[in-house]
Amino acid sequence: MATIRIDQQEYTVRDGDNLLQTCLSLGLDLPYFCWHPAMGSIGACRQCAVLQYQNEEDQRGRLVMGCMTPVSDGAIFSLQGDKAQRFRKTIVESLMLNHPHDCPVCAEGGECHLQDMTVMTGHRDRSYRGRKNTHRNQYLGPLIHHEMNRCITCYRCTRYYRDYAGGTDLAAMAAHDHIYFGRHEDGVLESEFAGNLVEVCPTGVFTDRQLVHQYTRKWDLQSAPSVCTACAVGCNIVVGERYGKVKRVHNRFNAEVNGYFLCDRGRFGAGFVNLESRLEFPALRRPDGRYDALDHHRALEHALRAMEAEKVAAVGSPRASVEANHLLRLLVGNARFYPGWSRGEQGAAIRAMELLRDTEATVPDLAQIETADAVLILGEDVTNTSPRVALSLRQAVRNRARDMAGELRLLPWQDAAIRNLAQDTRNPLHIAAVSNTRLDDVAASHTCLAPPDIARLGAAVLEELLPGEGQHFGDPTVDALAQQIARDLRQAKRPLIIAGAGYGNTTIMEMAAELAAALCHGGCEAMLSLCQGEANSMGLALLTGTGGARVHRLEDMIVQGDIDTLLVLENDVERRCSRRGFKLLRKHVKTLITLDSLDTATTSLSDLVLPTASFAESEGTLVNHAGRAQRYFPAFPPANERRPAWFWLLALAHERGIEATSRLHQFDEITRHCAASIPALAGITEAAPRSQFRAHGLRVPRQTHRYSGRTAMRAALSVHEPKQPQDEETPLAFSMEGSQRDTPGALLPYFWSPGWNSNQSLHRYQKAVGEPLRGGTAGSRLLYRQGHATLERAAMPGAFEPRENQWYLVPRHAIFGSDELSALSPPLRELTHPAWLEITPAAAQALQVIDGDGLIIENERLRGYRLEVRINPSLVAGCAAYSAGHAGTFGLLPGEWVTLQKDPDWQRREPAVIASDRGGVA
Amino acid sequence: MDRPLTRNIHADRRPIDLRGYRDNGGYEGLRVGLGLSPADCLQRIKDSNLRGRGGAGFPTGLKWSFVPMGEDCSPGHKYLICNADEMEPGTFKDRLLLECDPHQLIEGMILAAYTIGADVAYIFIRSEYHIAAQRLREGIVDCEREGLLGDNIQGSGYSLHMHVHASAGRYICGEETALISSLEGKRANPRAKPPFPQVSGLWGRPTIVNNVETLSNIAHIIERGPQWFNDLGLTEDAGTKMYGVSGRVKNPGCWELPMGTPIRTVLEEYAGGMADGYELRGFLPGGGSTDFLTADHLDLAMDYDTIGKAGSRLGTGTLIVLDDATCPVGFVKNLMDFFAQESCGFCTPCRDGLPWSAQVLDDIENGQGKPEDLDTLERQVEFIGAIGNTHCALAPGAMEPLQSALKYFRADFEAHINQGCCPWKARQ
Ligand SMILES: Cc1cc2nc3c(=O)[nH]c(=O)nc-3n(C[C@H](O)[C@H](O)[C@H](O)COP(=O)(O)O)c2cc1C
Ligand code: SF4
Ligand code: SF4
Ligand code: SF4
Ligand code: FES
Repeated sequence: MATIRIDQQEYTVRDGDNLLQTCLSLGLDLPYFCWHPAMGSIGACRQCAVLQYQNEEDQRGRLVMGCMTPVSDGAIFSLQGDKAQRFRKTIVESLMLNHPHDCPVCAEGGECHLQDMTVMTGHRDRSYRGRKNTHRNQYLGPLIHHEMNRCITCYRCTRYYRDYAGGTDLAAMAAHDHIYFGRHEDGVLESEFAGNLVEVCPTGVFTDRQLVHQYTRKWDLQSAPSVCTACAVGCNIVVGERYGKVKRVHNRFNAEVNGYFLCDRGRFGAGFVNLESRLEFPALRRPDGRYDALDHHRALEHALRAMEAEKVAAVGSPRASVEANHLLRLLVGNARFYPGWSRGEQGAAIRAMELLRDTEATVPDLAQIETADAVLILGEDVTNTSPRVALSLRQAVRNRARDMAGELRLLPWQDAAIRNLAQDTRNPLHIAAVSNTRLDDVAASHTCLAPPDIARLGAAVLEELLPGEGQHFGDPTVDALAQQIARDLRQAKRPLIIAGAGYGNTTIMEMAAELAAALCHGGCEAMLSLCQGEANSMGLALLTGTGGARVHRLEDMIVQGDIDTLLVLENDVERRCSRRGFKLLRKHVKTLITLDSLDTATTSLSDLVLPTASFAESEGTLVNHAGRAQRYFPAFPPANERRPAWFWLLALAHERGIEATSRLHQFDEITRHCAASIPALAGITEAAPRSQFRAHGLRVPRQTHRYSGRTAMRAALSVHEPKQPQDEETPLAFSMEGSQRDTPGALLPYFWSPGWNSNQSLHRYQKAVGEPLRGGTAGSRLLYRQGHATLERAAMPGAFEPRENQWYLVPRHAIFGSDELSALSPPLRELTHPAWLEITPAAAQALQVIDGDGLIIENERLRGYRLEVRINPSLVAGCAAYSAGHAGTFGLLPGEWVTLQKDPDWQRREPAVIASDRGGVA
Repeated sequence: MDRPLTRNIHADRRPIDLRGYRDNGGYEGLRVGLGLSPADCLQRIKDSNLRGRGGAGFPTGLKWSFVPMGEDCSPGHKYLICNADEMEPGTFKDRLLLECDPHQLIEGMILAAYTIGADVAYIFIRSEYHIAAQRLREGIVDCEREGLLGDNIQGSGYSLHMHVHASAGRYICGEETALISSLEGKRANPRAKPPFPQVSGLWGRPTIVNNVETLSNIAHIIERGPQWFNDLGLTEDAGTKMYGVSGRVKNPGCWELPMGTPIRTVLEEYAGGMADGYELRGFLPGGGSTDFLTADHLDLAMDYDTIGKAGSRLGTGTLIVLDDATCPVGFVKNLMDFFAQESCGFCTPCRDGLPWSAQVLDDIENGQGKPEDLDTLERQVEFIGAIGNTHCALAPGAMEPLQSALKYFRADFEAHINQGCCPWKARQ
């Protein structure tokens, strides 16, 4: 600690922070632009200038940049000094020379850091008489809007995009006051994390294109704390609504999970909530196949009548909340509850849960992943399955740079200096995958192997760590690599092994767990992270538990058939079955009842559809890949007859007289019941405060006190403003009234502080800049290190043997397209592609196909699959990679052998290009 | 008079090749230096009181002494870089040395690299100096052939590889840390100090950047000793200096003279005084980014401390003369346009402040000036001109002509504003 003086006041502060950080942590207003809490300082904008005095006698002081000045014991500063204030004011005046008078039409307005800083410095009148520079804007894709004239040249965007996120197609160009931030030409930004520019840019240059197109003033948004449902990482988000539409998703800081950043699937993937095709009323199928809308009483009556049949079963969902799945299982009984995974998914999800539950290694949150000093990724394309993890891995590989910096006594926030010093020095990251991945550019090695061989590589590394039966890979280059990997892992203090459900191969995950166990045994703080499929895969796995036979397989149930009534909870069975299985569904089930928010293939086969509220209109608990239970809250009440799934299910359970549910009335009670009856889920009640929680006796308001036009919004219908909806289920209110002070992290609906209208106000909610929220970090960890490293060695898996004229199927995940709901979001839909199959150039030659042609995929089980060809030169020989989660590949299973044949009837989407233009896969 | 730097330079500016250079005693310094330890070489440079000729006058020996040596240095390369960017307005001294005596520089660089333990050296040269670049490349090849560069130089066990890098050319590339960024293939943005390049420079490794003239002195000092060098200077400062004069003088040019030669001697004796019909109004003593001095200062010695005390800087030692037929506002505006154009765009006061100042000067020069514009300019001088307000020294340098012009030629500024036009243009 250091004692410093700022404007005659003494403070005891943390040694080695920079003064800007210190001031913000102390709650003092010091304006800034280029510094970013996650990216450190570069000293470009000069906005954070303060006066520093040499000693007591020094009366003049000299200007220093707060963000570039370490605080040390005895230092004397002034923020208020005349010279400093004048300087900061002139900085804003200079930034404004070329800034357009756009505030009234700017998507940033009202939540603009530049506006805030302008007010904070007191700049008002301009003396500049010259013309303003103008720029041409670029088309950067469907996600981000570009308005270059508003740029103040703070370099945050390129520092974020290039240095932090590893992107290459956004750069600072030209010089002097003509600097331009953009791409070399118009085009979609390539980074999977580009959306963070919207929050990183302190002005209206990079804004959310969806929000721009359906614009709402940001202070008019009604917001709630939520959890991203687009993958199993569970980033914390804020969902903002107006006029019953989700207008935007913003990052919600969680020191242990997503920190300051999201991925684009999460940020732009919530658009499905607004789809016109969403179900609004319960619907009953008529004999002619059309549907009648019902009110919810009649819908329940119909459902109950169907449930009186003898054989009633239910299908849960890894994308539905723990509570809804729990109620569904209570409703039909354990013996008739099917978790709802496909064949490939089920084994992987449950095995992943077991391995994480039983491991002695740490199961890291993202923040812990960022502390890893050596990483091995065994067969998981993290960028496309758990995208935010990839961004954290990019930070992890920089730990060595920070160590080098420490030796020169540089401080961690001296970003530019550290990058210059370390250049390309990185911690080892080794990747084994079936083809190139988006992290290869920062990897020490990346090897393309078939999934069985990836498991064997794991075994070979294990052999190096714990010499045993001489289980070598058998290929000298791979064995040398295994040695190198083992050396890197052994030398690390916090080695991390990542695998996952991506290839549907449980042996790889088991190998990963064994490696982590071996490393723990070696005495280091090893970490094991297993990526999983969907937002609540882990919750569902914990709910269903282990024991193979007890967990029923969806497709077996359908094929065996003979079910009177089947309830399907928020699950599109088509995605989880073979084509044959899905066809049999209608044949083998007498009455099909579906609860879902979207119109899916399954709902359109159903006899009765109960429309559920989406995650943005309901509450629920999800358990992320690391076993963290997190709660999402409704940003707005569900319209019409939409109800949260738990509400429908509870009503059914009550009517059915299910004893266990007779005392359950509120959402919280379901959570508690679930926690009490399933030991593995005991911690879910801690995910967020219960509905009775009040801060200072008040609810947490979802609307800012600047919220406007509440009457006007409905004036077209009636000038009488209805009573605001009441929220009995959560501590939040659909209102501007309430208290947002000292709110627990799990309940924060937005960030705002006097004078800080933009997301930069976050520091006012943190214990200190960059540190956890004052109100506590959201979520509760369900997995604690309770396991024991089982050091018994699995046998060396069999080698991958390519077959003549047959191909081994592996799933290929796409950040946009593989996840069901986010792929429906309009902006992301533009970035998805029709289903495809990747093959090697050699296979393409053998099959006489080129990019864009069609292939017929067959084996004894599969018929009628036709996919577009993509040639991927990096794909391992003998494998064919299908676009997982895309309509057209449902029912393909990882590890199946198939034959391929050119489809003579294929209609190409684009005309064929000449051979020399033929490229690989992007 | 001893003129070590230009002893090989002929009036017709023909270059000297390796043979000629050696015949004239060249590479004798290298022989002496390689016989000494690097520590002894460093001591000679320190004792010589050589100060950097790139503009700031930083003691060269002291700068080199910050380079970690031996055990203190982590394993890896160390670099020596010769700064041959020479884009300072009014400056053309390095060009002469580069074009006419490349081996003097190469020899100095080998010794400098030897002293700091560098194994790779770069000459970062502005691409307009293509003749010099070609001669340097040839010189390097010749040296490699003769074992003066490359592995195990002259059997000493010391190895050095030298490369010429022709810069794409921007003024900021002459700033040593921007130069390093540029050499790494990045945007030519300066870097924050600390860490200093001596510790973390090119590719994050210890690096010394020196000016052409500085490095051209090294072999002579090593060979003839620090005392000889100290004795060359007329004042406290040691050695000789390449002085130059441009503007309306009878004989503009560049001369090697003892350090501390009076301004009057340079201007009147060597440059031949003002051209006929023109009066001296003032001059920038050391390139475009130094403060004006006036006829009152003509008897000052041209050394770092004396010029510094007079409120300006010796800079590159090349005078730019302002005559009475030239409008000082236009003169300053012209420079301001240059600096605004050459701002790298990294920090706000420079990137936006210089064009702002240029715009105000433009208005004044065009008769659109307002009385409060002078306050704006004063405010700009305070805002941009103080070292530390900006990320590097370009902007404070850029404000020096303006700041001193407001002092010495304020009446001319006022005349523009009051008359609503440029009096010089009106006179034509
Ligand atoms: C804007 C700017 C331009 C510069 N240009 C040059 C240059 O062209 N040549 C040069 O030798 N030094 C230049 N310098 C000075 C260098 O930064 C550095 O101080 C010098 O190369 C060090 O060499 P010395 O110690 O031998 O003087 C420039 C400095 C600034 C701020
Ligand atoms: S970026 Fe901010 S200050 Fe600029 S126009 Fe937009 S709202 Fe206004
Ligand atoms: S675009 Fe935004 S983030 Fe990038 S430099 Fe301009 S203002 Fe800063
Ligand atoms: S002072 Fe000018 S040249 Fe130097 S860093 Fe700032 S903008 Fe770039
Ligand atoms: S925030 Fe300190 S210089 Fe930009």
